[in-house]
Parts: sequence; structure tokens; C-alpha cells
Amino acid sequence: MSTIAVFIERRGGAIKRAALEAITAARFHADRVIALELGSDVDGLLAAYGVHEVVSIEHALLERYSSQAVAEAIAQWAKSRQVATLFFGATAMGKELAPRVAVHLEAAYVPDCVELAASDGHLDAVRPLYAGKVRATVRPLTERAVYSLRPNMFTARPAEQPSTPEFSTFTPSLSQEQCRVVVTEIVRNEGKLDVLEADIVVSGGRGMKGPEHFVLIEELAAVLGGAVGASRAVVDAGWRPHSEQVGQTGKTVSPNLYLACGISGAVQHLAGMSSSKVIAAINKDKDAPIFKVADYGIVGDVFEVIPKLIERIRALKQSSAS
Amino acid sequence: MVVMTILTCISYVPDTAAKIGVTADGSGLELGGAKYILNPYDEFAIEEALLQRERHGGRVVALTVGSDAAKEILRTALAMGADSAAIIAATGLDSFGVAANIAAYANAINASLVLLGRQSIDHDSFQMASTVGALLGIPAISVVSKLDIEGDRVRAERDIEGGKEVLEATLPLVVSVQKGINNPRYPKLPEIMKAKSKPIESVEPVAVSPRAAMVRYQVPQLKRANKILGDSDADITEFVRLLHEEAKVI
Repeated sequence: MSTIAVFIERRGGAIKRAALEAITAARFHADRVIALELGSDVDGLLAAYGVHEVVSIEHALLERYSSQAVAEAIAQWAKSRQVATLFFGATAMGKELAPRVAVHLEAAYVPDCVELAASDGHLDAVRPLYAGKVRATVRPLTERAVYSLRPNMFTARPAEQPSTPEFSTFTPSLSQEQCRVVVTEIVRNEGKLDVLEADIVVSGGRGMKGPEHFVLIEELAAVLGGAVGASRAVVDAGWRPHSEQVGQTGKTVSPNLYLACGISGAVQHLAGMSSSKVIAAINKDKDAPIFKVADYGIVGDVFEVIPKLIERIRALKQSSAS
Repeated sequence: MVVMTILTCISYVPDTAAKIGVTADGSGLELGGAKYILNPYDEFAIEEALLQRERHGGRVVALTVGSDAAKEILRTALAMGADSAAIIAATGLDSFGVAANIAAYANAINASLVLLGRQSIDHDSFQMASTVGALLGIPAISVVSKLDIEGDRVRAERDIEGGKEVLEATLPLVVSVQKGINNPRYPKLPEIMKAKSKPIESVEPVAVSPRAAMVRYQVPQLKRANKILGDSDADITEFVRLLHEEAKVI
């Protein structure tokens, strides 16, 4: 019987969607899914998602988050239970933690998976390489394997039948030396939706002509309930903060809708958004490379098109709300 | 205080604009003709190593794992100001094999700070700092945008979704750095000339069994609707309708 353990990442107490996506994917590939929690939050969601067992990892030294100590703890647990397959969301936390766990388990690490497929007793994964220009099927060569799953590539779906998970606690053996790095503070960009977590991203590029015109992008993002993104050119020019940058030197996003405004679509930008579910673009140059990867496009001036778009989307939202 | 040895690990990767193809049978990549460059993030790692040396003393060693051609980027690191450079002549390693070789070398030179770019733009896997740290049994912090060191105490900031984390750690430590942490210097011509004649140490690779294999490659098929409209009022209305009714994303 195959078992997959899924690391449950929480933010402010709530389970992150990336973890629910990983649980859903795990249900397809295992008979038994174990949720690994830090601390003992009890959450009905895990039952709704059909998890068979919930393990709380608890230790006084884990009061402050330490990737070093948590990786050690997870590996100790996996060894004690002989669990050979572990899933993480490929989030900032997961991408730091998963490779460390893999080393402790002498396991293959398969990063940033966008597809999983069982084949001849292996669990292969597909992942993008070279900024998404190529995809590789990766096969673990070791008995154990640790995967991180790119957010929003696997659907999070509750189980048909909720489960009644077994609960247990695991206390790892940790020393101070294994907690030499700790998180002391988390600073949130208050009131701003992050491009990494938004279902809709509206990005502006050089075609916006100046930082003052980003009010249009902000308003369009607001009416869509999305986050504001930016191209490298406008971040380098100081119009927008680096935290909004989408692309190879910024963030890699895969929202349900990526709307590029005044962005030509350099290969470095495409690297950061080409796995979006739906891509739409507004650009006055009909030959802009962004249109080659777009589902929907408008060839036109952003300054004329965006205000009309805002007006129509607002009307649409009002009519569907009433 | 002991002299701090800072190891900066850099990689030689195809330029972002390079055309990457797949062989007809899907078993390999076609990189023919691609121009290779210093991985863009690694410039920040080299610069950070030099800045930390300016503040705390010590020496900066630049390391790459790869073919002989990769010596080119070690010359860049030397021209920027690295004290010495080494190459581990190995190709065809999986990521774990690269990490194991970096860790072995870091151990051999007793590095107290290992600096890398947050990702290399070929495999984009963000794993090297964590893997090397775990192999060395020391902490690692990835995607760092600010790094302050005092004695053996480290304060770092790293980017996370919707904000940043502040972390405290002690040396020895592995750090992967993010754009924005510094502004990499451009080497000047005399330094570039001098770097050409500096020795580059050749290090025997450590044999490691691979842990993962890329068994198949494919070029992603673009399944995009590609409905490109004009800017008339009717087209804008249609654009909104398509997003709402066809794509169902708004």
C-alpha cells in the first residue's frame, strides 16, 4: 500500500491552497495520505480533503520557525514511519524546506512539478526547464522521493467522502545546533495582494509610459479582484517595486488569468507567466511576442482600452451581483 | 578572529534568449549554438561575497562545476575581485551531484559563508542552497535580499509571498541571493586583463550516484485560443465576453 505524506503549510492559521492542491494530487497516487502539521491546529478541512491521518510535529525548539530544524524533524518522522514519498507546495517555504528533507532522507528531490504520472512503479514528474521552453519528465532513482508542486497547477478538490483522520503527535529529537537559523519576524505588504497568490494578475509594462499611469492598472486589478504585476523594464526604471515583478528575475506566477498591458513579452517575461491558465494581452503593436502566447488579445492603445475595459467589467460584476 | 573564507558558487548557463530544442526521440536537448553566460543571479552572489569581504576581511573563492569552457565565468569573478577560483571538471551530474561536489569543496576550504544565486536559469529549481546546507549540516537561507553579518551572527531578509521574512542565524551558513541585494560591479579592463593570467585550480570531482534522471523531454505545446481582436467598442465588449463566458475567468 502506498503512502504519501503532505506537508501542511499554514499562514495566519489557515491552510495554504498549495497544501490542499498537494493533498488532492496525493489522493490520486496513494492509498493513504498523511498530513504533516507543525503544531496541533485542528482543521476540518483535512477531513474534507480525505486525509487518512494527521501528524502534529511538536517540539519546544520549533516554537520559532527554523527550516533547518523542521527539515530534520520531518525526516526523522518519515524514517520512523518508513514513508518514502513526500509532497510540498513549491512555495517560498516549501522550496526551501523540501530539498533539505530530501538530503536527510537520501531521497531524490523533484522540484516545481507541474504534472505527476505513475509509470512502472515510479512516480514521474514533469517540470519546466529553461524558463519553460522545455519540459522534462523526471524520474527518481532512489527509494524515497520528495516532490514540490508548483502552485495552481494541480486542482484543490475536496474528497467525495470526507474522512475521519487518525491524529497523532510526533516529537523529534532536536538540539540547539539544529536550530541555528530562525525566523524572527514576518513583514507583510499590508493590503496588497501578492502576484504569487492572486487568481488574477494584471501586469503593466513600458507601454504604460510612466509610473503615474499605473493607476489604470491598479484600478483594473481592483475591479477584477486581482494583484498588480509589472515587467522588468518598469521595475528597473523604479516605477514599481521589485515584489511585483513577474519574469525570470522576478516571480513565476500561474494565475487563472494573466492580463498583460503594454508588455511586449520578452522571453524573460514569458518565463514568469507562461504557465498561467489563461493569458490575455493589450498592446498597440500587433506583432508583439505576447500575442503569440495569448488566448485573448486586443491590439490597441492601453490608455484608450483600459478605461473602457474597467467600465465594462464593472458593469458585468454589477449585473452578476444583482 | 579567524579569516573568513567566502565561497561563491557560480554556474555557466545558456543565455535566456537561447533557442532550446528537443531531439526527435525526446531523449535529449538540443543546445547547439546557444551562447553561454554567467548565470545572472550569480553576479549578485559574487558581488555580495566581495562586499562582505570589504566589511569583514577574509578571502573570496569562486567555484564552478562544469566543463572547461566554464572557466570563462571564473575569469569574470576574478576580474570582479575574487581572490582565487576553482573548477570541478564534471559534466552530466544531476543537481544532487553538483551540490555534493560543492559541499565537498566548501568543506575542504573550510568556508564559513557559501553564497549562490537564488536559482540558475537553466533548471530554475531554487534547491542548491538548501541541498548544500543540509549536506554540510549547516543552515541555509534562500532568496535573500539583505544580509548583515556581525562576528558570527547573521541577520537576513528573504522574500516570501506577500512580504518578507527576517531571519537570524550564525555562521557557517549557506545563502542564496536575490536581485536587489546589491548592484554588481562591472570589472574594469585592467582587471579583466589581469584575470586572464591568474591560475584556476582544478579540483577532482567526487563520484556521487545520481538521485534523479530526466528520462524524456518535450517542447510544451501551446494550446492557446489566440483570439486577437481590434480596439473598437464592439471588440472590447467581445473581449470581456470571451473572458467571462468562454474562459470563465472573470
